[in-house]
Amino acid sequence: MPPTDNALILELKNIHAVYGKKIHALKGVNLKIHTGEIVALIGSNGAGKTTLLKTISGVLPAEQGDILFKGRAIQNIKPHEIACLGIAHVPEGRKIFPRLTVLENLEMGAFSRVDAGGIERDLRHAFELFPILKERRGQLGGTLSGGEQQMLAMARALMMKPELLMLDEPSMGLAPVITDKIFEIIAAINKEGKTVFLVEQNARRALSVASRAYVLETGQIVSEDNAQNLLNDPKVQEAYLGV
Amino acid sequence: MFIEQLFNGLVLGSIYSLIALGYTLVYGILMMINFAHSEVLMVGAFVGLAAYTLLAPPAGGWVALVLVLLVAMTASGLLGIVIEKLAYRPLRQAARLAPLISAIGVSIILSNAVFLWVSNQLLSFPKVVPEQSISLGFMKIGSLQILIFFTSLILMAVLHFMVQKTKMGKAMRACADDLTTSGLMGIDVNKVIAFTFLIGGALAGAAGVLNGMYYGSIKYNLGFLPGVKAFTAAVLGGIGNIAGAVLGGFLLGILEVMAAGYLPNGSQWKDVFAFVVLIGVLLIRPSGILGERIAEKI
Ligand SMILES: Nc1ncnc2c1ncn2[C@@H]1O[C@H](COP(=O)(O)OP(=O)(O)OP(=O)(O)O)[C@@H](O)[C@H]1O
Ligand SMILES: [Mg+2]
Repeated sequence: MPPTDNALILELKNIHAVYGKKIHALKGVNLKIHTGEIVALIGSNGAGKTTLLKTISGVLPAEQGDILFKGRAIQNIKPHEIACLGIAHVPEGRKIFPRLTVLENLEMGAFSRVDAGGIERDLRHAFELFPILKERRGQLGGTLSGGEQQMLAMARALMMKPELLMLDEPSMGLAPVITDKIFEIIAAINKEGKTVFLVEQNARRALSVASRAYVLETGQIVSEDNAQNLLNDPKVQEAYLGV
Repeated sequence: MFIEQLFNGLVLGSIYSLIALGYTLVYGILMMINFAHSEVLMVGAFVGLAAYTLLAPPAGGWVALVLVLLVAMTASGLLGIVIEKLAYRPLRQAARLAPLISAIGVSIILSNAVFLWVSNQLLSFPKVVPEQSISLGFMKIGSLQILIFFTSLILMAVLHFMVQKTKMGKAMRACADDLTTSGLMGIDVNKVIAFTFLIGGALAGAAGVLNGMYYGSIKYNLGFLPGVKAFTAAVLGGIGNIAGAVLGGFLLGILEVMAAGYLPNGSQWKDVFAFVVLIGVLLIRPSGILGERIAEKI
């Protein structure tokens, strides 16, 4: 059943983003995410996927266009304010805090929260989802393996108690088993009610977990459909699924 | 004699450490050298003197000491915040040289402001707490030195606790690791940066008072030498590294006192050793003694 427009959690209208003055990385992106969905964004290297997430989270303010989160325009506010509104961005390359312990990394996720009881509960839940982090909680983030760092980055984002979780290439550089694990957890997080916006190069994996997807090419959305249709689309198969 | 000199070195070093911490905290987050820090120290010394003259009982004493320190620390801390907001924040996205030049500008403005509007003379700085000599049998030490040393240690311990255990301290470390990602976590990085300047400034203010008590006088240009020496200490320990700043400060203090005491004509050359160390460290090990970052796995 297609979600109705009043369940819209994020809407991008004609978003343009530039680096410096010359590099026009996003050229009029329109995109909608409904509450409770997993939406995937696929595209090749340099298409602008990371840029799009940075624009949403305010790290790279949009040059033009509107970003509405639950109906509220957020394109002109600071990253930390956007985070506090309920958007968690797990950046490309995980970006955990290497010189903070695992526990301190998680505490930073909860930085702006004041509900001590809720933080405690979410921490316990994060350790349930990622038991390895509980074992390693006193260890410095920088000493974790790549897979553990990805888990830490996701757990840290969950500590923000976000409504929308944006993941930038969570499977990058991970062994297939770990990737399976990560995608299982993404599905589980979604079942718990979080909306997920998933950026992936691994298009097959992304489309298998997502309900809908967008294809980004050189800064523009070139197609948009439900995930099953895209999996069967010959153009997508050729360009992104290696068929 | 040697033991006494060693203790003297630790006393002087403790002042350098306090100042060095300010350089290192700011560098840790913004990767910039706050060249105005030495002037924040100088202003702290003048505010401390003013507080003593205006507020403290003339006989001095412990209450007076705490009062003078608190007022100087508050003033220097706030000055740090103001400098960051006016001179560095607008240049955050600019090329790396820009805030450095701005810092030198602030430094010139502050020392000239004190020169013109406060005093261009050497002003005598009170000991605040009456001095005695304490004999430990094998060595004699002055109460002033003990006071400077332990005041510094207490401040360092408070800083250590704050950075390691409090929420704001952890946020400071997170920002030092990755400013952009800290913002994504909902941390207001501008607040954390301002807080860092507050802490660094406050430590410099305390150091200004202790330095004034140590030498017994202050002047508008007093910041330069301890500033450069503390900067050297920070580089020696590994700039950006908090423990390194403390270690570097103590090492430099000991080196200076020992060289002044044991080298022929050493005391005339004592201000030169810091520069020799600075050049040596930059040539041999620019990352300093403890300056090694844990590589982030990709
Ligand atoms: N900081 C930057 N400065 C200048 N140009 C940039 C910057 N970051 C990205 N770009 C450019 O913007 C375009 C989009 O990059 P982006 O990182 O968003 O791509 P991507 O789709 O995430 O690619 P990948 O799959 O390789 O991560 C690229 O042409 C890139 O070179
Ligand atoms: Mg990318």
